[in-house]
Amino acid sequence: MCASAKYNNRGPALIPRMKTKHRIYYITLFSIVLLGLIATGMFQFWPHSIESSSDWTVEKRSVHDVPVIKLPADSPIPERGDLSCRMHTCFDVYRCGFNPKNKIKVYIYSLKKYVDEYGMLVSNTISREYNELLTAISDSDFYTDDVNRACLFVPSIDVLNQNTLRIKETAQALAQLSRWDRGTNHLLFNMLPGGPPDYNTALDVPRDRALLAGGGFSTWTYRQGYDVSIPVYSPLSAEVELPERGPGPRRYFILSSQMALHPEYRSDLEALQAENGESVLILDKCTNLSEGVPSVRKRCHKNQVFDYPQVLQEATFCIVLRGARLGQAVLSDVLQAGCVPIVIADSYILPFSEVLDWKRASVVIPEEKMPEMYSILQSIPQRQIEEMQRQKWSSVSNPLFLPLIPPQSQGFTAIVLTYDRVESLFRVITEVSKVPSLSKLLVVWNNQNKNPPEDSLWPKIRVPLKVVKTTENKLSNRFFPYDEIETEAVLAIDDDIIMLTSDELQFGYEVWREFPDRLVGYPGRLHLWDHEMNKWKYESEWTNEVSMVLTGAAFYHKYFNYLYTYKMPGDIKNWVDAHMNCEDIAMNFLVANVTGKAVIKVTPRKKFKCPECTAIDGLSLDQTHMVERSECINKFASVFGTMPLKVVEHRADPVLYKDDFPEKLKSFPNIGSL
Amino acid sequence: MQTRKKYIFITFFASWLLLFYFGGDQIKRLAFLSRKKAAVLKNWPRWTDRSLLKSFADPEELQSDGGHHKQSAKARRESRINIYKHSRCRMETCFDFSRCEKHGFKVFVYPVEREDPVSESYLKIITSIEESRYYTSNPEEACLFILNIDTLDRDHLSIQYVHNINNKIQGFPLWNDGQNHLIFNLYSGTWPNYTEDLGFDIGQAILAKASFYVENFRPGFDISIPLFSKEHPQKGGERGWLYQNSVPPKKKYMLAFKGKRYLTGIGSDTRNALHHIHNGKDIISLTTCKHGKDWEKHKDTRCDKDNSDYEKFDYQELLHNSTFCIIPRGRRLGSFRFLEALQAACIPVLLSNGWELPFSEVIDWSKSAIVGDERLLLQIPSTVRCLHSDKILAFQQQTQFLWEAYFSSVEKIVQTTLEIIKDRLFHRESRPKFVWNTLPGGLLALPEYSTHLGDFPFYHLQHGSSPSGKFTAFIRAVSPVVSLSQPILKLIQAVSRSQHCAQILVLWSCEKPPPPRGRWPQTAVPLTVIHGRRKVSDRFFPYSAIGTDAVLSLDEHTSLSTSEVDFAFVVWRSFPDRIVGFPMRSHFWDSSQSQWGYTSKWTNEFSMVLTAAAFYHRYYHSLFTNSLPAGLRSLVDQLSNCEDILMNFLVSAVTKLPPIKVTQKKQHQEAAPQQMPKSAAVSSGNLHFSQRQDCLNQFAAWFGYMPLVHSQLRLDPVLFKDQVSVLRKKYRHLEKP
Repeated sequence: MCASAKYNNRGPALIPRMKTKHRIYYITLFSIVLLGLIATGMFQFWPHSIESSSDWTVEKRSVHDVPVIKLPADSPIPERGDLSCRMHTCFDVYRCGFNPKNKIKVYIYSLKKYVDEYGMLVSNTISREYNELLTAISDSDFYTDDVNRACLFVPSIDVLNQNTLRIKETAQALAQLSRWDRGTNHLLFNMLPGGPPDYNTALDVPRDRALLAGGGFSTWTYRQGYDVSIPVYSPLSAEVELPERGPGPRRYFILSSQMALHPEYRSDLEALQAENGESVLILDKCTNLSEGVPSVRKRCHKNQVFDYPQVLQEATFCIVLRGARLGQAVLSDVLQAGCVPIVIADSYILPFSEVLDWKRASVVIPEEKMPEMYSILQSIPQRQIEEMQRQKWSSVSNPLFLPLIPPQSQGFTAIVLTYDRVESLFRVITEVSKVPSLSKLLVVWNNQNKNPPEDSLWPKIRVPLKVVKTTENKLSNRFFPYDEIETEAVLAIDDDIIMLTSDELQFGYEVWREFPDRLVGYPGRLHLWDHEMNKWKYESEWTNEVSMVLTGAAFYHKYFNYLYTYKMPGDIKNWVDAHMNCEDIAMNFLVANVTGKAVIKVTPRKKFKCPECTAIDGLSLDQTHMVERSECINKFASVFGTMPLKVVEHRADPVLYKDDFPEKLKSFPNIGSL
Repeated sequence: MQTRKKYIFITFFASWLLLFYFGGDQIKRLAFLSRKKAAVLKNWPRWTDRSLLKSFADPEELQSDGGHHKQSAKARRESRINIYKHSRCRMETCFDFSRCEKHGFKVFVYPVEREDPVSESYLKIITSIEESRYYTSNPEEACLFILNIDTLDRDHLSIQYVHNINNKIQGFPLWNDGQNHLIFNLYSGTWPNYTEDLGFDIGQAILAKASFYVENFRPGFDISIPLFSKEHPQKGGERGWLYQNSVPPKKKYMLAFKGKRYLTGIGSDTRNALHHIHNGKDIISLTTCKHGKDWEKHKDTRCDKDNSDYEKFDYQELLHNSTFCIIPRGRRLGSFRFLEALQAACIPVLLSNGWELPFSEVIDWSKSAIVGDERLLLQIPSTVRCLHSDKILAFQQQTQFLWEAYFSSVEKIVQTTLEIIKDRLFHRESRPKFVWNTLPGGLLALPEYSTHLGDFPFYHLQHGSSPSGKFTAFIRAVSPVVSLSQPILKLIQAVSRSQHCAQILVLWSCEKPPPPRGRWPQTAVPLTVIHGRRKVSDRFFPYSAIGTDAVLSLDEHTSLSTSEVDFAFVVWRSFPDRIVGFPMRSHFWDSSQSQWGYTSKWTNEFSMVLTAAAFYHRYYHSLFTNSLPAGLRSLVDQLSNCEDILMNFLVSAVTKLPPIKVTQKKQHQEAAPQQMPKSAAVSSGNLHFSQRQDCLNQFAAWFGYMPLVHSQLRLDPVLFKDQVSVLRKKYRHLEKP
């Protein structure tokens, strides 16, 4: 069974109960969106809290009560990490296909306390962060408690911080895990690798083939496609709530807040400060704090004392300089504060570098270029800085993004939605059949009480004519992606639009070919902001602008039929069917929202027979209609969460329209005549 | 507390990403799970004392970062350079950046002597570099060096194999253990192991190689290039085969493969299994045993049947009619079929474990190919069947974009290689991943112009921005101003009255000096005179004085009204990547002459809008000046003609779309060439015209194809010539007779 059938109504399994689940799903599924985000950009999408799953049985025990395992001194030690490991050499894919529906299953080993022969602890049992991490995995749909079904194994042995564990014994503890098998398919999390004196850039615990999610990889220890680089967590950021800060100039241009800088770096930075004065602030540890003030929350410059991490919000750029390790917790603080990080750490693999576009959110400066930092940063235009500060980007991803002009020979399929106006319908069919590029005509018969006329009564036309009987009189039937539509281009036309000439329709098709990702239609409409009522208003008068075209006569790509039928946001589709109105406005919203582009209105205005009126005569009805249409715009804008319609002042005419040139030499002479 | 949870999520996300990046069938793995049955799972315990757990590191420890025991930065860098050599080379340890500081990114090619046996493909590579804007003939100013020794084929059984390379390169005074050298290679190793040994010591040279195995690949240093055939064009290159976005995007066959089945040897694991997935209906996987001289020796029971089935299908037909194409490894990891499938919009399903994909440093292949795992061949059919139509549609389009942006010619492959290296060297002026993976691609987005995406004409949509609301009028003046009735003065006044006009720049390209300040019309906006070198290409120089996104390019004879300018500018804001303007021209294929023809007659369609009166984005000045081959620019300078045609070629090559024509009251007359010799005055009109026709053909030859595209429409104001009171019309002046 295909998984895809599910993803329309199911969000990511990771967070089953949140509003933005579709959004998250796509973020995680398509790295295309991921590329546009950076770490804190993602923070915004992840939930602020997870509801605990109360319906599950949860053990209530203390960490102190977990079983103790004694490791004999001669118990085996895994090989060191294998630098040549890649998915295809060290990973067992066959474990991951156990259940045809659920491909990835993660197993977590139960928590144990490991002691050596003398009863000495091998490491801290578990840290707060690792416990939360494992809880999150366990709460997700990836989790399995069946070790035989698991694709990935996560040991509960906490190796986040190498300094809190005994390397050899921890390795022995790993090796005795029930499914260790040289570490195949085992995933370890580590944030602080290495130790004195040389501080390796990856976890020193021998781990054989295990995968490593590590903070502080260098290009020499990172196995691309196998390891994942993660940021070093800063517990400080969790304690302090920083207010949102919009983009814009800050008090300091460059700020350095790290305390344990190498004297060489510090003197480089101080030289920078001496040169550039107050716009550069180099902070250091405070030496004379009164008792009880946590030194980690303060920074000093000469006699001035600053709150950390709040001070980070006062700067445009914040320095993240390598220390003994490449990965620095200050990066998390800096991103959290909305300061643009200047990363100075040669050979460092930035967190999630394979999917995040760090160049759009940070400045990486080689260590050797530190003295030139100021001029490098000054060359960045202000608009770009603001964009980096925003740390996220709007992402319209047009589904028809490739610039293509479809071949004329393909032609278009005309779809006429009709109820019972047979006479008018037949006239429309006859008129439309004269258009050279028409390739098929589809009549959508929306009347369940009456059968369509017999075959012999229909007009004889040169292209195939198909009648589709619907089971319910719904407006959305006009936008259904019928299999009968074999062309890319669809002409939606009402059964009373008889005033369009063959030239006008053919020209409309040619215009659509040049703009295949847009709605290309005849009657244009406009939305306006009503300042008195503080809401949107629908406008059908003679205006100099258009933002919509009516689908009573419009060309568009068949793809949008899929979109309308299966991807219309919120309850719009049902709402339209229930109100029997505004399907065209909904289509305009949909296309504009997904492409970010305006409609194209073709050819001069004609007196259409009030194409959108459901009732024919009477001013008052007309006004009711306008009110209703305005309501539609407001409703849709609130469902979409934005006003996607784009206003333009142009329409498309044939190149020689109204030019002083012999009519018979024009391709489309019969345009605009009433 | 909340932030910490967010953080934990991110960390877990790391592991998730890792899953995402499984070499295996990534898509299927994303299957999300049915809801768990309550109370069945034994979850991770909620420890009663979890709030008492200690943090993995206390803030003090994190901030002090290992205390004060630290190596000096300089010492660390130096020791690194000594440790990380050869197989562990990185740019910072094996490349001499200082060579690139003074003269920028310049590439030197060792002069090719007559007696050097150089293959056609290597010649194409060398030619591409020599024609590129980075070429230098002076090794002193070079940053990167390319050998004149053909290193493409290092299969020592091949006739192309060059012997004794080691001796040769050791004799080169510039070699310097390969530092700052770039070596191209398509084939390495030979039967039976096909190791990636080149048969000589490349030292510290960067290797641009096809079929790269991840373990041999030095990330951030080497470059994986695609395998291309002898016939691959030097420049231009064919368009992709996708000419329409059909929905549903599925073709006749779901999945196809046609190729050799190896019965033995390296690569046979996969090649020998491909026939299993053949179903004769929508999955066509055909293999033949016929290859090599002695295939019959290894022949097995399948061979006869397979060989005859094999003949029933045409490879080209399968390429055209399949949604997915299997790209298995051959003896080596890469194959020609990769580029073939890419061009054919047949989504590549890669079965080549450990292959470092072409240009993986910048191209995100997860948007255009399925990276499969050879071990899971049998799951491939269900994997591709489960791929959502939306994704197929996007993948197909992305293959076409990538093909045309980076692969369709040797020149593009070479240029991409050079640009990747250049981005590493000039990190500040380098392209983010977004630029490489979004139309029009990295080669057409020059980071020297700007690193801010909003400064380019292409990204406004994805970026949620719009171009700046003003324009710079840029008038090229070639004749002296002698009378007050000269058109240029009227033009300046009309243009300056536009509410969108920020400034007027006059490019003075006349022997006589420009009139003094006071003789120019009084305008509300600043007017600046720039002195040009009296070359026509000057008009597209990226003058720093142009401060707006929009440029209104004008000739001195052009006559425009303020309304026309206003309207055209508003239209341009909707199409900032195109030329939007007034005078139109067209090209056509003249079959009697077997060449392109040029026409200025009134026609129902057009493919060019002349820059005598047109809006376009100022970025195109940079592109014109910096990315076009110098030969083309000197051609137009010599002729003093055709620069506007060239600009149309350039913009259409970038957008793949026609320019936009807007309403104009008067029709523009083709201007006579400037500064023509007096004796030739009579025939100058004809000469001018035939020159333009020649230009068209020469440009098409340079580009390698004809980029111009026809349009049949003109954009008019919404109420243009409608029967409604003119008072309601915003652009009513456009309609006055």
